[in-house]
Amino acid sequence: MAVVQDVHGHHDHHPSGIMRWVTTTNHKDIGTMYLWFSFAMFLTGGFLAMGIRAELFMPGIQILEPELFNSFTTLHGLIMVFGAIMPAFVGLANWQVPMMIGAPDMAFARMNNWSFWLLPVAGSLLISSFFVPGGAAAGGWTFYPPLSAQGGLGVDMMIFAIHILGASSIMGAINIITTILNMRAPGMTLMKMPMFVWTWLITAYLLVLVMPVLAGTVTMLLTDRHFGTSFFNAAGGGDPVLFQHVFWFFGHPEVYIMILPAFGIVSEIIPTFSRKPLFGYSSMVYATASIAILSCVVWAHHMFTVGMPAVGQLFFMYATMLIAVPTGVKVFNWTATMWRGSMTFETPMLFSIGFIFLFVIGGFSGVVCAIVPIDIQVQDTYYVIAHFHYVLVSGALFAIFAGVYYWLPKWCGRMYDEKLAKMHFWLSMIFFNVAFFVQHFLGLAGMPRRIPDYSLQFADFNMISSIGAFGFGLSQLLFLYIVIKCIRGGEKAADKPWDGGTTLEWTLPSPAPYHSFETPPVIK
Amino acid sequence: MTQSVTKTNTNVAMLKKLLVFTVVMFGFGYALVPMYERFCEVTGINNLLQPDVLDKNIKVDMTRMIAIELDANVRGMPWKFKPLQASVKIHPGESIEVMYEIRNDSDQEISGQAIPSYSPRLLEKYLKKFECFCFTKQVLKPGEVRQMPVKFVIDPQIPVDINTVTISYTFFALEPGM
Ligand code: HEM
Ligand SMILES: [Cu+2]
Repeated sequence: MAVVQDVHGHHDHHPSGIMRWVTTTNHKDIGTMYLWFSFAMFLTGGFLAMGIRAELFMPGIQILEPELFNSFTTLHGLIMVFGAIMPAFVGLANWQVPMMIGAPDMAFARMNNWSFWLLPVAGSLLISSFFVPGGAAAGGWTFYPPLSAQGGLGVDMMIFAIHILGASSIMGAINIITTILNMRAPGMTLMKMPMFVWTWLITAYLLVLVMPVLAGTVTMLLTDRHFGTSFFNAAGGGDPVLFQHVFWFFGHPEVYIMILPAFGIVSEIIPTFSRKPLFGYSSMVYATASIAILSCVVWAHHMFTVGMPAVGQLFFMYATMLIAVPTGVKVFNWTATMWRGSMTFETPMLFSIGFIFLFVIGGFSGVVCAIVPIDIQVQDTYYVIAHFHYVLVSGALFAIFAGVYYWLPKWCGRMYDEKLAKMHFWLSMIFFNVAFFVQHFLGLAGMPRRIPDYSLQFADFNMISSIGAFGFGLSQLLFLYIVIKCIRGGEKAADKPWDGGTTLEWTLPSPAPYHSFETPPVIK
Repeated sequence: MTQSVTKTNTNVAMLKKLLVFTVVMFGFGYALVPMYERFCEVTGINNLLQPDVLDKNIKVDMTRMIAIELDANVRGMPWKFKPLQASVKIHPGESIEVMYEIRNDSDQEISGQAIPSYSPRLLEKYLKKFECFCFTKQVLKPGEVRQMPVKFVIDPQIPVDINTVTISYTFFALEPGM
């Protein structure tokens, strides 16, 4: 008994009940809160997606008036990007980065608490904007003017929410950079860091690079709306195309902010379940860095149809295609890691392999979009929707699922139900493809995005897509059930439940003690 | 203990650097605005407010007629603004002058700037303006009325499927003293 208590003993004086969560500065508590918040937003955004797919189930307007439909697509995008995917990765970073580098906590524990608690404020602003006069923002998640210059109170609430979310991300990123650069255990050189830590370091730099630009963009929009400036207002000498440039200067790096940590997670899981070290570790690091750098010079591939000179189109086309090279290096390395490994297929591995397959499909459709003459055809069609759901849902989200299943035993000290989890994987995998694969065909046939009605020839594929989407949505409730079941009980997890795990968190007991690595481990 | 104090200090130093960087990037977002304008000016992508040079060898294409609809708007200022003719028809390559009229209905001197807008968008490439009231700001005394010409040619290279185009101007108020 005495031995067990020795682990925490002296510093378990944190407040209990709700105040524990409000005031906590513990990276594990905060990580948990990030993950639950992200899941709540995932369900909210998912509800909006179900609304969209229900409306698109059949041609004609059935359940959502066009204006409300537009608000649904807009808020679905904003909530999923800023409320679900990004906070989930920050949550994983909070839990894992200190444990993987042998640090006792994040560098700025108090700031960590603030950056989390900003999120529910922003989330409630976004959700409550549905109920103000004029309704929620309806100009798309990219909020291009002139639409976003015209909307009502809902748009102002969205702008304010984005300011808050931006501040939260920047604080989170600063925290992560400082933790990784200053608090590694003795002996852990940069090139010995786990890939998840590397990818987060680079992501955090991207965040401090482009989040302030987004903050500037929404500030300009706000002053255009209320304080008489004319940055984007053509009638006042401004230029709406300028908005697109400034927005995508943020926006494209942003999509890599949402995928680099996913690369990191997969790069941890594949070696573990292949029981081999990661193939080409240093090339992985360089590939990540070059993706991040390249991602800053490709933004105008979102704007091929605004009326750009041909030289501009060519530059952005080739620069975009160039990104496929380091991305290919990564896929090659993951495959080579599996090559002749003693592989087993537990759920984290299944999600990781699913990730590789489907992310590659998304990468290919991205390269197709990057070809200017093709993009002029498919811009603003369902083809683009298919592309970015392959990279974001079966990319970022699948990697998050993989990470959660991988580390859940460490967090809760119990194993999740492997059978149900595998079912979650297969249901997600099948329904995801049913929902989104057909959208490639819809897009190529010319179905525009963000329109609540469509002509009859699109009816069959839309019905298939809606059925897939409903199935995918329902399958995620199973995920909730599995996680709750794992927290409530289940087989006790070993300290190192995956025998191939090599990173530092597996040297800690399961569940990981409230305070870990107060004396740093020494890495040889 | 001393070790953790130095650690806190290096952390705080790092925090300061990153915060400064954040502020710089916020400023960079704003700096993109003039950079963008300069870029468009230098590359000539967006030179709607400068006169075009007229190609002397331009040939009039007598086989085609293009209808030009004229439109005028004011935004947030007490002026009346209208074209003196709603539309004109010309051959590509033929030069023409159209007249607009502005009237200041207020009891103050106001200066305004007109911004053109074309439909279809690619008209911009084929419309050669050598005189326009939009090249300078207009200052009107209380009650003053002014008639102003626009002189232009439409390049005969304009795609054959375009028979009707719209030229629109919007006046907006310049801040006093600008
Ligand atoms: C090989 C890598 C990739 C290439 C070549 C690529 C290329 C493109 C191109 C050209 C577009 C513009 C299509 C259009 O609007 O007509 C686009 C849109 C998009 N991409 Fe990618 N992409 C890649 C990877 C990714 C990744 C990894 C993500 C995110 C995780 C992503 C997220 C998006 C999103 C969200 C949009 C749509 C934005 C919108 O208009 O709402 N892409 N991509
Ligand atoms: Cu992009």
